[in-house]
Amino acid sequence: MDFRLNEEHQMIRKMVRDFAVKEVAPTAAERDENERFDRSIFDKMAELGLTGIPWPEQYGGIGSDFLAYCIAVEELSRVCASTGVTLSAHTSLASWPLFKFGTEEQKQKYLTPLARGEKIGAYGLTEPGSGSDAGSMVTTARREGDHYVLNGSKIFITNGGVADIYIVFALTDPSSKHHGTSAFIIEKIFPGFSTGKKEKKMGIRSSTTTEIIFEDCIVPEENLLGEEGQGFKIAMMTLDGGRNGIAAQAVGIAQGALDAAVAYAKERKQFGKPIAANQGISFKLADMATAVEAARLLTYQAAWLESNGLPYGKESAMSKLFAGDTAMKVTTEAVQIFGGYGYTKDYPVERFMRDAKITQIYEGTQEIQRLVISRMLIRD
Amino acid sequence: MTTQKGGRAMDFHFTEEQLLLRKMVRDFAEKEILPLVGRMEKGWFPREILHKMASFGLMGMTVPEKYGGAGLDFTSYILAIHEISKVSATIGVILSVHSSVGTNPILYFGNEAQKGKYLPKLASGEYLGAFCLTEADAGSDAKNLKTKAVRKRDSYVINGSKMFVTNGGEADTYIVFTRTEDGSITAFIVEKNMPGFRVGKEEKKMGLHGSKTVQLHFENLHVPAENRLGKEGEGLKIAMANLDAGRIGIAAQALGIAEGAYGLSLQYAKNRWQFGRPVHEFQGVGFKLADIATRIEASKLLVYRASHLRSRGLDCKKEASMAKLFASQTAVDTAIAAMQIFGGNGYTEDYPLERYFRDAKITQIYEGTSEIQKMVISNQFLR
Repeated sequence: MDFRLNEEHQMIRKMVRDFAVKEVAPTAAERDENERFDRSIFDKMAELGLTGIPWPEQYGGIGSDFLAYCIAVEELSRVCASTGVTLSAHTSLASWPLFKFGTEEQKQKYLTPLARGEKIGAYGLTEPGSGSDAGSMVTTARREGDHYVLNGSKIFITNGGVADIYIVFALTDPSSKHHGTSAFIIEKIFPGFSTGKKEKKMGIRSSTTTEIIFEDCIVPEENLLGEEGQGFKIAMMTLDGGRNGIAAQAVGIAQGALDAAVAYAKERKQFGKPIAANQGISFKLADMATAVEAARLLTYQAAWLESNGLPYGKESAMSKLFAGDTAMKVTTEAVQIFGGYGYTKDYPVERFMRDAKITQIYEGTQEIQRLVISRMLIRD
Repeated sequence: MTTQKGGRAMDFHFTEEQLLLRKMVRDFAEKEILPLVGRMEKGWFPREILHKMASFGLMGMTVPEKYGGAGLDFTSYILAIHEISKVSATIGVILSVHSSVGTNPILYFGNEAQKGKYLPKLASGEYLGAFCLTEADAGSDAKNLKTKAVRKRDSYVINGSKMFVTNGGEADTYIVFTRTEDGSITAFIVEKNMPGFRVGKEEKKMGLHGSKTVQLHFENLHVPAENRLGKEGEGLKIAMANLDAGRIGIAAQALGIAEGAYGLSLQYAKNRWQFGRPVHEFQGVGFKLADIATRIEASKLLVYRASHLRSRGLDCKKEASMAKLFASQTAVDTAIAAMQIFGGNGYTEDYPLERYFRDAKITQIYEGTSEIQKMVISNQFLR
């Protein structure tokens, strides 16, 4: 086992870190306050090749790997978790299923503009009655000659409204549940597609989260992704990788909070010495740093497995579970270390704490991660 | 049942009067506070709610009747903060600061003239009280305060700034801690219309949005000598004497936040169906609720044991700190777990959970951080 990042990975880390500090961090607090999505940040990421990291150059990507992508999400999330998830949903949830299941035509038509960052991608699975129980969706796709007609709505769509391309799951065979679901590539210009309510969230507020609505939405048959009945499998396999992207986001959030807490603890003097001189604080920092390190290693391991064509479902679920819990703990302690100041919006740690919570919920709650992991343990 | 030493054994019951009061406050909170929580979240200071509370006697609960208060015991007051905070931690803190640290210093350390002048107005709710100890360089290290008070004939001239003043700007009276020329700490009752009193920046906080938290600046603030509270040099004693009551109050606020969040998540878990059944039937959820409920029960016992000792005039330093430490940790953990039970819904402003989450954290920080509480508790072991 070699625990060092190679040159390419180190270079990507440096490149994304510099970009994050210069172009993303300065507006993070204001964008959070105003729930403002900034398209220009996404466009700048595209210019740097960040919107298609794992995909081959023939599809507009930079031909790197999933570890490089995780590093990018982590570095972005250190300063702005909203930017981290914007990229993660775009790459893991929208681009990945196209890469894995798309026909050559579909890849050229849809993956390439996503990889180049000309278009933004999103993923529509969740409905009001089907969250963890994704198989209980009720959105339907009725076959009619050379097209499908979709009816229903999806909620909590990251990049909703700003995305041009949506990977959406609907029932082509309502009698069959898991084997009656199919995946579709939806363009926002398709007749009958509209964006609904924008959610007002506690955190990741500069990531847009909306409802999407299908009212007799006409989808050409060539936009079926994979085969009819394969949708649920595609959805679940997509989430296997997606959750590692969220793990990377959580690691970034935790690292950002840890860095801020260490800097403050060295600076802030009470009782005649920096507060870091007290074991009550320094031991807390030690615990936080250890947890972040472990979360990072779990995340990189899962990414490495995926990049090397090895099974990664269990490791990916473990990384999301551990990193999400770590982000929640570390950010809560970071606010504590900042004392009263940490509770105000003058300092970024309360934002990190609000952002951290969602990493325990989306792309499979912690409870679902435990289901995934335990099933694999029991099966083996 | 009596013990060998003739004292009463542990009694886990509240009195009839306390139960009636609790019901009254619970009904008041549901009827008069709950409908306005959304408005408070947008930054509206709830003056109208405070007036209504005053008409129910809730703004001077432990002030003796001869000074216009309700003359109730300390546990009744803690019950009120607990019940109110289940619905609104904002109202909980406004009340706690007004009573525990805004009014009590005058009640216990004021002379008759001061008590006669200020207590009836504070108890009736005509005046709102506040407490100014913290400064930019004096947080946990409160003794490091630098605000100066210089005697000039029949007044004191105060210069300095205070931070994180709850009710700041809205309050009429402020207990202000300064350093007098002999280097010792001295307390004053400052009124907001005294010349040189300036309200500074209002903090934008993670939670408790309806509670105003400000910086105050004293620029050659002239305070009549008769507004000095206690003697020169007694300020530290006054500050410390009120800490226990303040801590129990915040512990009750934290307990209310935890119970409120727990109650909402229990309801949700019973009504949200996934995989063909209510989610509470899954052990992953049901066991989480069991853990939360147990921690809340333990917090409750710690809070009411501390308030019981305090109402009997017994030393409760360790118990107050333990209650604040444990209940505030419970509030934060419960809010995190309750939001988890709500799933994606809980993360949006459509549901009330995210307010409990944002409100909970401060209970581990103000009126003595959890680290300070641990110092107090561990110092007690050394005695």
